[in-house]
Amino acid sequence: MNQTLLPKTRLDDFIRFLSARQKVIAPVSLGNNQYKFDEVSSLDEISLHYIPTILPPKKYYMPQHETLLKYDVSKGQEMEAVVEVEELVLFGVHTCDLAGIQCLNMVFSDRPKDLHYLIRKNYLTLIGLECNDYCDSYANCAMLRNHLPKGGHDLFFTELADCYYVHVNTHRGDELVEKSGLFDEMNTQAEGELAELRTRKKERFKSEVAIRYQDIPRLFDETFESPVWEDVGNRCLACGNCTNVCPTCYCFDVMDEPDLDLTKGRRIRVWDSCQHEVFAKVAGGESFREERKDRKRHRFNRKFKYPVDRYRRIFCTGCGRCSRTCMAKIDLKETINALMEERE
Amino acid sequence: METVTINHTGYHIKRGKIRGITPLTAMEKMFEIELPGGDALDHDPGQFVEVSLFGVGEAPISICSSPTRRDNFELTVRAAGRLTEALHQLQVGDEVGIRGPFGVGFPIVPLEGNDILLIAGGLGIAPLRSLINFVIDNRRDFGKVDILLGCRDPQSMLFCEELAYWEERIDINFCCSVDRAAPDWAGNIGVITSLIPGVTLDPLKTFSVVCGPPVMYRFVVDELLQKGIPEKQIYLSLERHMKCGLGKCGHCQIHDVYCCQDGPVFSYDVVKQIKGAI
Repeated sequence: MNQTLLPKTRLDDFIRFLSARQKVIAPVSLGNNQYKFDEVSSLDEISLHYIPTILPPKKYYMPQHETLLKYDVSKGQEMEAVVEVEELVLFGVHTCDLAGIQCLNMVFSDRPKDLHYLIRKNYLTLIGLECNDYCDSYANCAMLRNHLPKGGHDLFFTELADCYYVHVNTHRGDELVEKSGLFDEMNTQAEGELAELRTRKKERFKSEVAIRYQDIPRLFDETFESPVWEDVGNRCLACGNCTNVCPTCYCFDVMDEPDLDLTKGRRIRVWDSCQHEVFAKVAGGESFREERKDRKRHRFNRKFKYPVDRYRRIFCTGCGRCSRTCMAKIDLKETINALMEERE
Repeated sequence: METVTINHTGYHIKRGKIRGITPLTAMEKMFEIELPGGDALDHDPGQFVEVSLFGVGEAPISICSSPTRRDNFELTVRAAGRLTEALHQLQVGDEVGIRGPFGVGFPIVPLEGNDILLIAGGLGIAPLRSLINFVIDNRRDFGKVDILLGCRDPQSMLFCEELAYWEERIDINFCCSVDRAAPDWAGNIGVITSLIPGVTLDPLKTFSVVCGPPVMYRFVVDELLQKGIPEKQIYLSLERHMKCGLGKCGHCQIHDVYCCQDGPVFSYDVVKQIKGAI
């Protein structure tokens, strides 16, 4: 892996260089301290200091609405399988969201592989951006050790005083560095600044909940019958906001979208939510997670327990979006604290 | 946005042709389906397929025919939702989309050489029929065979001719009961569990396979455990909404288990660990 430097004065040139080649997606401000990933063509459109966007970058990996098959029933059940792709550079992705993408990669490359996802993923270039400080009090990234970069990017930017320290992680990233001709040689001053920043972060970012990473799955195992779920379930509105904004929620529905002539159409995949009552319903009318507390508990376990058994990884990234967006103020850190108290 | 065509995806359907439609009751029809080129589906008893009609959608349907009867395969469909109601409108010669087979079916290898007790409730006889006919076609490989069937009423009984045939065979003990019936009904009346105590069996040598509505399982399993059948020798098929069949969409998930890939058939010692599974 190489390191290189980009002077701050040349960041705008770099964004313009990228956007001349393909679409560039970056965090932009919506006002009221809200942000979204959207297309940009120059630096002044980008919010470099942003709190997690409303929707995570998963929307580019697993779009809200995606065509899987195109069909034509004029001569029987004819179909053609397709993948909708677009070459994009995602710039300014925080470490929590990079971790989220890594989780999705695991799910969709696990057999049976999802080629729609895997093919699209190769069209995307990922440029990460380090958080030098906490975004806000909802984040719990240190608890999940996602406040530091753990790969999953092509390039990774860290803001220093006058320049960006850039880790080059892939050949694709290196190509951008080379072709742009905007980057400088690494120097010892920048090395020193990065080391200083990381030391400062070590002091600043401490596990937000008093639990060790490796003990988290067991906590959920031991609190399955806890009254905390009753309380959380009573407050939950089953709106599904938490699953929509979650960088690692990937449940979906598959349905058909016929054209007006009813012969041609598309079989599509859309986001779905395990928080909705109908989600686990079967044809006979029986629903297997009827109570909101069952569904809430299911979601928490799908972050902190089940994926650890299946993928050896916790699927919460610590971005804090679920707590930030919840209309009933169900807070992830509070919930985990309540479970810990309950256990004692 | 660009569209790339791919020729291999989990959502690819095979074009199945309906070769026969047999009305079974007012609610259920059986469809015989032929795959392109007369290919075998190559399934295990207890597996399911995703049946699709473009413009309507897809639904998981268990396969009710035995792989030993090679040419085509059969599906019993109750008109209970959008897709199944549309299927009931189809004619012989129409096409349906088929994906699969999916999942882990009934255990065949562990059953061989042992006595087997097959228990079906209601529509559960459809998937179990694939195993029953498999056992009949390989009858020498199995020990004593008992089949218990429970239905709501005589009108909702499926595969009546076949049931009569099973009853006739000397190498099968077939017994059935209905929850309620008119006074002229000559058979048993009572819930399925009432049939279990009457079965003579050697519990350690007996494997039981149970298939029916979710409410039935706890009661039936209790009776089987009473009989002394070990937990590992009791198999259940769990009904969940297997939407994608690929272990991704989350609909059929019970805790960390994806019914569509890890199941739908599980042994009771496994099911017992999955809180709330039955």
